Amino acid sequence: MTERAPVAEELGKRPVAARIKAASLSYGKTLALKEINLELPSGIMTGLIGPDGVGKSSLLSLISGARAVQQGKIEVLEGDIANKEHRECIYARIAYMPQGLGRNLYPTLSVFENVDFFGRLFGHNKQERAKRIAELLRSTGLSPFADRPAGKLSGGMKQKLGLCCALIHDPDLLILDEPTTGVDPLSRRQFWELIDDIRQGRPDMSVVVATAYMEEAERFDWLVAMDAGQVLATGTPDELRQRTGAQSLDAAFIALLPEERRRGHQDVVIPPRRDVEGEVAIEAEHLTMRFGNFTAVDDVSFRIDKGEIFGFLGSNGCGKTTTMKMLTGLLVPSEGQARLFGQEVEPGDMKVRQRVGYMSQAFSLYTELTVRQNLDLHARLFGMKAAAIPARIEEMVSRFGLNEVLDAWPDALPLGIRQRLSLAVALVHSPEILILDEPTSGVDPIARDSFWRILSDLSRQDHVTIFVSTHFMNEAQLCDRISLMHAGKVLVSEKPSVIMEKRGARTLEEAFIGYLEDAIQESADSEPAESESMPVQAVAPKPAQPAPQAMSKRFFDLRRLFAYTQRESLELRRDPIRATLALLGSVILMFVIGYGINMDVGNLTFAVLDRDDTTTSRDYALQIAGSRYFTEKPPITDYADLDRRMRNGELNLAIEIPPGFARDVARGKAVEIGAWIDGAMPARAETVRGYVQGIHQDWLTQKARQRYGDAAVTGNFQLAVRYRYNPDIQSIVAMVPAVIPLLLLMIPAMLAVLSVVREKELGSIINFYVTPVTPLEFLLGKQLPYIALAMINFVMLTAFAIFVFRVPFTGSLVTLTAAAFLYVTATTALGLVISAFMKSQIAAIFGTALLTLIPAVQYSGIIDPVSSLQGAGAVIGRIYPTTYFVTISRGTFSKGLGFSDLWTDFVPLLIAIPVLLLLGTLLLKKQAG
Amino acid sequence: MRGRNILQLGIKELRGLARDPMLLVLIVYAFTLSIYTASRAMPETLNQAAIAIVDEDQSPVSARIITAFNPPYFSVPRIISQSEMDRRMDAGLDTFALDIPPNFQRDLLAGRSPTIQLNIDATRMTQAFSGGGYVQSITLNEVEEFLAGYRGGTTMPVDLVLRSRFNQELNKGWFGAINNVISSVTMLSIILTGAALIREREHGTIEHLLVMPVTATEIMLSKIWSMGLVVLAATAFSMIFVVQGLLSVPISGSVTLFLAGGALQLFATTSLGIFLATVAGSMPQFGMLLMLVLLPMQVLSGGTSPRESMPEIIQTIMLAAPNTHFVMLAQAVLFRGAGLDVVWPQLLAMLAIGAALFALSLRRFRQFLR
Repeated sequence: MTERAPVAEELGKRPVAARIKAASLSYGKTLALKEINLELPSGIMTGLIGPDGVGKSSLLSLISGARAVQQGKIEVLEGDIANKEHRECIYARIAYMPQGLGRNLYPTLSVFENVDFFGRLFGHNKQERAKRIAELLRSTGLSPFADRPAGKLSGGMKQKLGLCCALIHDPDLLILDEPTTGVDPLSRRQFWELIDDIRQGRPDMSVVVATAYMEEAERFDWLVAMDAGQVLATGTPDELRQRTGAQSLDAAFIALLPEERRRGHQDVVIPPRRDVEGEVAIEAEHLTMRFGNFTAVDDVSFRIDKGEIFGFLGSNGCGKTTTMKMLTGLLVPSEGQARLFGQEVEPGDMKVRQRVGYMSQAFSLYTELTVRQNLDLHARLFGMKAAAIPARIEEMVSRFGLNEVLDAWPDALPLGIRQRLSLAVALVHSPEILILDEPTSGVDPIARDSFWRILSDLSRQDHVTIFVSTHFMNEAQLCDRISLMHAGKVLVSEKPSVIMEKRGARTLEEAFIGYLEDAIQESADSEPAESESMPVQAVAPKPAQPAPQAMSKRFFDLRRLFAYTQRESLELRRDPIRATLALLGSVILMFVIGYGINMDVGNLTFAVLDRDDTTTSRDYALQIAGSRYFTEKPPITDYADLDRRMRNGELNLAIEIPPGFARDVARGKAVEIGAWIDGAMPARAETVRGYVQGIHQDWLTQKARQRYGDAAVTGNFQLAVRYRYNPDIQSIVAMVPAVIPLLLLMIPAMLAVLSVVREKELGSIINFYVTPVTPLEFLLGKQLPYIALAMINFVMLTAFAIFVFRVPFTGSLVTLTAAAFLYVTATTALGLVISAFMKSQIAAIFGTALLTLIPAVQYSGIIDPVSSLQGAGAVIGRIYPTTYFVTISRGTFSKGLGFSDLWTDFVPLLIAIPVLLLLGTLLLKKQAG
Repeated sequence: MRGRNILQLGIKELRGLARDPMLLVLIVYAFTLSIYTASRAMPETLNQAAIAIVDEDQSPVSARIITAFNPPYFSVPRIISQSEMDRRMDAGLDTFALDIPPNFQRDLLAGRSPTIQLNIDATRMTQAFSGGGYVQSITLNEVEEFLAGYRGGTTMPVDLVLRSRFNQELNKGWFGAINNVISSVTMLSIILTGAALIREREHGTIEHLLVMPVTATEIMLSKIWSMGLVVLAATAFSMIFVVQGLLSVPISGSVTLFLAGGALQLFATTSLGIFLATVAGSMPQFGMLLMLVLLPMQVLSGGTSPRESMPEIIQTIMLAAPNTHFVMLAQAVLFRGAGLDVVWPQLLAMLAIGAALFALSLRRFRQFLR
């Protein structure tokens, strides 16, 4: 790119893409940016260089508008980014690709669907999208993988896809945050070639890139060197080198650092290993790992001596991590053997684990523990003596420079420091073998050098065997031996110098890429579609037509809304288990609950303490035993027996008939029969009370008739009881219309509740921050698929109720359906409100369970009518939408009612929807921070 | 299996919980405000049952019947016309409607045995049954007392004296409070362990544990004790300060025995949480599974409606749920003052269910870790 690099004077005249004035940013107490003053020229490629944690990402997130400005002023594309109107205007002109592989992609969506989603967000119509996506995928070499889910792409391909998504709307300002971190050299080279091609097509586009790879910085037009939240220097790569008199940018950067940071730094030289015929530390024999019909590792063998540093190189997804997992016993190989110190690795062997330190690629630090707590926990888990732990932690902390962050939380730390912490954690128990999976990707040169000095000491002095995978060629150079791996196979395994010699290459990178290209060529010959890295097409994407300002700046845009609808429903469809659970599960629940809850209590137990023991008293007991509600237990002997048997719950009812009962009855003298009811469960006790009273009345009437003849009785009156709406008093008929509202609350709310908070937890919420979508579009868009699913649910439940459970439906089906629609809109909105408010998925799930289950079961008239509730519960019952839908559901099912009778119950539902949506919109922030 | 590892990993879980303030707020809410509100909201026995009377007689006896219905059992009866009756019942305004026909008193005294019609809204199962009985006996009493003024001696002088033991006033709020504590215990313990496990997998930290010298059993036990402890502490707090304190529910039995039962219940439910997490592939699936398990456990355990009212088969199936036994234990211990000699079968049942769930989820958990 040197021929394109503009000279310094030229840069000064260019218009400014972003102007930053005295901007500071802090996360809690940590100051990430200190009064930054900077002007980024437009139309060129600007690189932010510097180690991790110096504020590069923070600065980029401020410029992109993803994070709210705290202090200072930031102007982007001729306007204040803190200004909401301006932000709304420029969302469509900025593209932002956040840090982390595929962080803003949707793993279950295919490559095409991911790009398509972004196209929709920016308001392209179908034809336009099809054209642009085809072009982008072709130019990035992703066309053959259009149908592959993004989650199954290699790191390099994920980043290319991320780029496609960023470029779909022809941005004027492209912001890339460490786009090549964690990507293999070949993919990295292809990525930058792609960017160059794109820039050729659109010369006016400004590109701002953050990177920790100094060799990449060479190709940028203009550099901003940053350290500790401040700008160290700016200028073209040449200028920086000249100013510092350094040969490479790496050296230049180190020279730019303040004195105290540089102190003690020197280039890493690992002393040669004394070639002692040592013990074999790690041995792999024909290791093979298959997942289904996919072979991840294919017949890999090697031997590593004790104290050797063994490097493992390869593209993402080539099988490095799988091999390492087999070595540590995390995975059992399909074929072959792994041995550590001559012992076969067995999963679950604790002794082997004691001797191995493992640092995995996916960060395995506990984000809920501070740095000190992380170290402490690991030391303890590895069984270190409690007394020795503080000293060991102290040692690790000073060795890795973790002093300042000792009490910080890992997720507040920059990538580089987290990685150092990971290594410290892996080393805390002084293992004999250290397995490091890409330990230094994204770590700054100084830190990397000091890291390798530690490895050198460990290997040469402590004779720790080190097995390390890396993407950095200068690191590979430091290893005693390296293996190149591709598509599950080891291509070559030799000393670095020998490898370069063999290929006749000047650098290791060249040699590596050579080997890779050969291997790809080979596999492309056999099975073209499956090659991992397709060579990039030379064709630059057509720039031409003016950026489609079809993009609407309106407050509400249906296409953006449907973009989220489309995405959410795709994700729902990709997870059929969830939808099936929702549909089938609710039918099962309706049956179980409708059948299970029954207010007609039967099988109650009772016993009699008969102190009279006459025909009359036995007749009384028989009257109770003869009713279908009670089952008689052996008679009670005395008060102690009564007390004991009631206390252990054996008896629900105890009857005491006094001595002389028959005599007194005969004489017409007043007598009292005592009845004790177990009141521990009031609902049951009440029913018992009602039954006993009824039976007593009956017995009296009977006796009166015997005594005085019919006339005495008929002289009274009749009480005709009509059980309306459910003449047979079947519980299923009464319960099902109440269970449907319950299920249509809980299931849809639980479906919707994770949709927002999940994006927050997994990071894709960033797409909402940096695209023109408004909160209302976002929420409504996400809500629609869940409303649709809930309506399917409603139809199923109603159909099952009517045709399978034979619950008579007497009213207006249209009314019920309309009410159900409003109701599920409200319940899904409730889920979204909780989702917008909560920060973690666990809290969201718990909140939903708590805020739906209890109010719906207890306050909504399902068991006790709302009119008889008291206090706060009564208030909740009156505003909770379930209350009204229960009335509508019971009215239409059992009471034969229609809209004219029930319209008043529609009003609260109609009010609930906008209130909930408004609440959700207010809770949903359009920027982080 | 080493106790130290279990302790350390458990402390890690506790620290993780302390980092989620929203979750802490929810836990506090679930064990205080939620219980308080629910208990206070519950009608004491039959409370404010909505009753309307169509008085077509306008006689002393009908007036007598009308005045017999009064709060707190019934709302003050609304006097309505017959044409209003159907509409009001349809709208669910009244649960009971008593229709006293014209010339009721005259016919009554003439021995013509007139008929009073009682309409009950049977869709309201709870009130329909217990309230229906009340309405009948109140009406009966009033009419008989009225008649007794005219002619005596035709009724039997046998009186049924009903007393409720353990909860004399049949205050639903008492048991409601306990029932809500139990459902909070169940809900929280399942979510805390299950969702936390899924989160660990989604964030990749569970894998890391595997390279360390800890076993699956240790990991599981650490989750069980730490989350169990949190919930148990919350339960104890709630029992002492909310249930006995704020709500002044008289507890006749031993709270300690109840908490011991709670510990066994937690053993079972935390294991269940882990089991559900290993079955569910992702957080959204877990959410669905949770609802499918939680709802029946909440509704059919015998806390919301009496077990005696459920069909035999459901009663049997629900014996497999730890909740059912815990509800039985709670009733026996807290209200009937039962001791260990009475509730040992429940404790044993919970232990057995817990052990079975633990063994099952440990097996699944081992596979899940692969």
